[in-house]
Amino acid sequence: MRRIRLARACGAVVEGEALVSEEGFSPRYDLDRWSGVITRPGHRLEGASLAGKVCFFPSAKGGIAAGWAFYDIKWKKIAPKAFVFGVTNPVMVQGAIFAGIPIAAGWTARGAVRSGDWVRLDPGRRVVQVLRSR
Amino acid sequence: MRLSSEEREILGGRRGEAARRALEYQIEVGRFWGARRFVPVSNVHMMGDIEVMGDGGLDYLRRTAALGARCAVATTTNARCIDFAHRERLGQDAGEAAKERELIACLRRMDVVTTDTCINYQTVYQPRLGEHVAWGDTGTVIYANSVFGARSNFESGPAALAAALTGRSPAYGFHLDAHRRGTFAVRLDCTLEDLADWGAVGTLVGESHQDYFAVPVFHGFGRAPTADELKHLGCALASYGSMGMFHFVGATPEAPSLAAALGSRRSYEKMRLTDVLLRRVYARYPLGDGDARLVVFSGPQQSLLEMKRLGALFSGRRVKPGSSCFVTTGAGVLAQARALGYAQALEQAGVTILEGVCFYILQNLPQMRAANGWTNLVSNSAKLVNIVGAHRFNPILRRTAECVEIACSGALR
Repeated sequence: MRRIRLARACGAVVEGEALVSEEGFSPRYDLDRWSGVITRPGHRLEGASLAGKVCFFPSAKGGIAAGWAFYDIKWKKIAPKAFVFGVTNPVMVQGAIFAGIPIAAGWTARGAVRSGDWVRLDPGRRVVQVLRSR
Repeated sequence: MRLSSEEREILGGRRGEAARRALEYQIEVGRFWGARRFVPVSNVHMMGDIEVMGDGGLDYLRRTAALGARCAVATTTNARCIDFAHRERLGQDAGEAAKERELIACLRRMDVVTTDTCINYQTVYQPRLGEHVAWGDTGTVIYANSVFGARSNFESGPAALAAALTGRSPAYGFHLDAHRRGTFAVRLDCTLEDLADWGAVGTLVGESHQDYFAVPVFHGFGRAPTADELKHLGCALASYGSMGMFHFVGATPEAPSLAAALGSRRSYEKMRLTDVLLRRVYARYPLGDGDARLVVFSGPQQSLLEMKRLGALFSGRRVKPGSSCFVTTGAGVLAQARALGYAQALEQAGVTILEGVCFYILQNLPQMRAANGWTNLVSNSAKLVNIVGAHRFNPILRRTAECVEIACSGALR
C-alpha cells in the first residue's frame, strides 16, 4: 500500500476512485458545471467526469469565481469526493471548504497514484493511501 | 488560531448567527493555511451574481439574509452577469434575470453596496499602504497588493462575504510580510505602447510561473507606467499565473529598488522580455476561419480614460454591418463618459456599451456565441483572451487601434 504525504489538508476522510491530471485545473475554465465533465478543448482530462472521484491536479488555475463553483456543483450533485493539489491557491481552498469538499495540497509524488486507483484521503493525518491499484 | 475577545464573542453568537457561521468558516480556511490570527479588514469587494453562484449560491444567500446578516465593513460588488437594459437584445434568460434581481435584493438587505464593477480600485476605493482588505476578483487583488501596497488574498465570493460579516480575514498569504517580497526579476527590454502589450507581458510571465506565491519584480523600463497599464499587466498576471502580487521598481510602493523588492533574496531567477518575445505572443493566436465579427473591450471594465481613447478611435467610423463590438464599464464611468460625449461617439459608431457587467461572465454567453455563429473573439485584453476559451471562442489578442480597425473593416490579419 503506497502512502503519499501532503503538506496541508482539510475535511473528512474519504475513499474513492482517483482521477489524476497532468495539467492544472479551474472549475471555471475547464469544467462544464452542468455535467461535471472537463470540456475545455485540449485539457489532458477532456471528456472525464469529476463526479464522485478523488481528483489530483498539479496546480490551480483561474480566478475568484471558482469559490462559488464548488458549491454550485455540490448542489447539483456532480461534485468530486475530494481535491488533492500539488500547489493550490486560496480560492480553491475557500471554495472547497465552503462546499464541504475535502481538499489537500502538497502532492508532489506524481507517479505514486494513477487514474483508476482506489485511494483514501485522510486530511487529519495529511496522507493519501493507495488502497488498490488499477 | 489565536482569537481575540471580540472574535470569541462572535463565535458565541453575540453578533448573530450569520456572523458566527462566517467566522467558523474563516477559522477552517485559516487553519488550512496555518494562519495564527485574524487581521481586521476595512473594505470588502465580493463577486456575487447568478452566473457564478448558481441556484445553490442564491439559496445560500437567501438563508444568510434571512438570518439578519449585516456587513460589518463597507462592502461592494464585482461586475455581474446581466445588463438588464440589454437583456433581451443579448438573448439573456428572463428567469435568470429574475434570480439576479432577487440576488441583488438579498445583498442590499445585508447592506452590500452593489457597485457592479471590477475596477473598484479605479473608481470606488483606494486603500492605503499596509491596509488590510478582502477583495475579489483577482484583478482587484493584484492591483491592491501591488500598486497600493494594501494587503489582500484572492477572496472568493463566499470568503469575501464572510469577511464582510465578521470584518476580518485570516492572516495568511499576502497579509504577511513574508509573502510580499519579490521571488524573481523580470527585465523589460521592450517597447510597451499599448494596453495589450502590457497584457502580453503578463501572459508571458504568468503562464511560465503558475504559482499564487510567485511575485515578479519588473525593472529596467524607461518610464513610469500608467494606472491602466498596470491594471492590464496585473489582470494578465493573475489570470495566466494565478498571481496575487507584483512589484514594479520605481512605481509601486514596496519597490523603491530591485534589491528592496526582493528583500534578502540573494539567488533568484532573472527573466528578460524583448520586443521579439512580445511579437510572438500576438503571433500565437490562430485566425481560424477568419471570422472578424466580434470585437470586445472588457475584462476588466473600461476606465474613463480608456473610454475617452476608444471614443476618439471610433469617432466618425462605423462598426461594419454584421459585426458586433462590445465595451463594458461601470455605471459611474458610463455616466461620466456620457456627460463628456465619449459614450455617444462609441454608440454613433455602432458600439454597444454594456453597464455593470464583464463580457466573460455574461449569462448565456455560450448560447449567444452559437446564436450569432461567432467563432473568433478579438480583444485588447489578455485576460479576456485567456478566459473566453472556456466558452469555446477562438480568442485573438490585438492592440487597441487594431481591434478598432478590425471592428470597422471586418477584416482580420
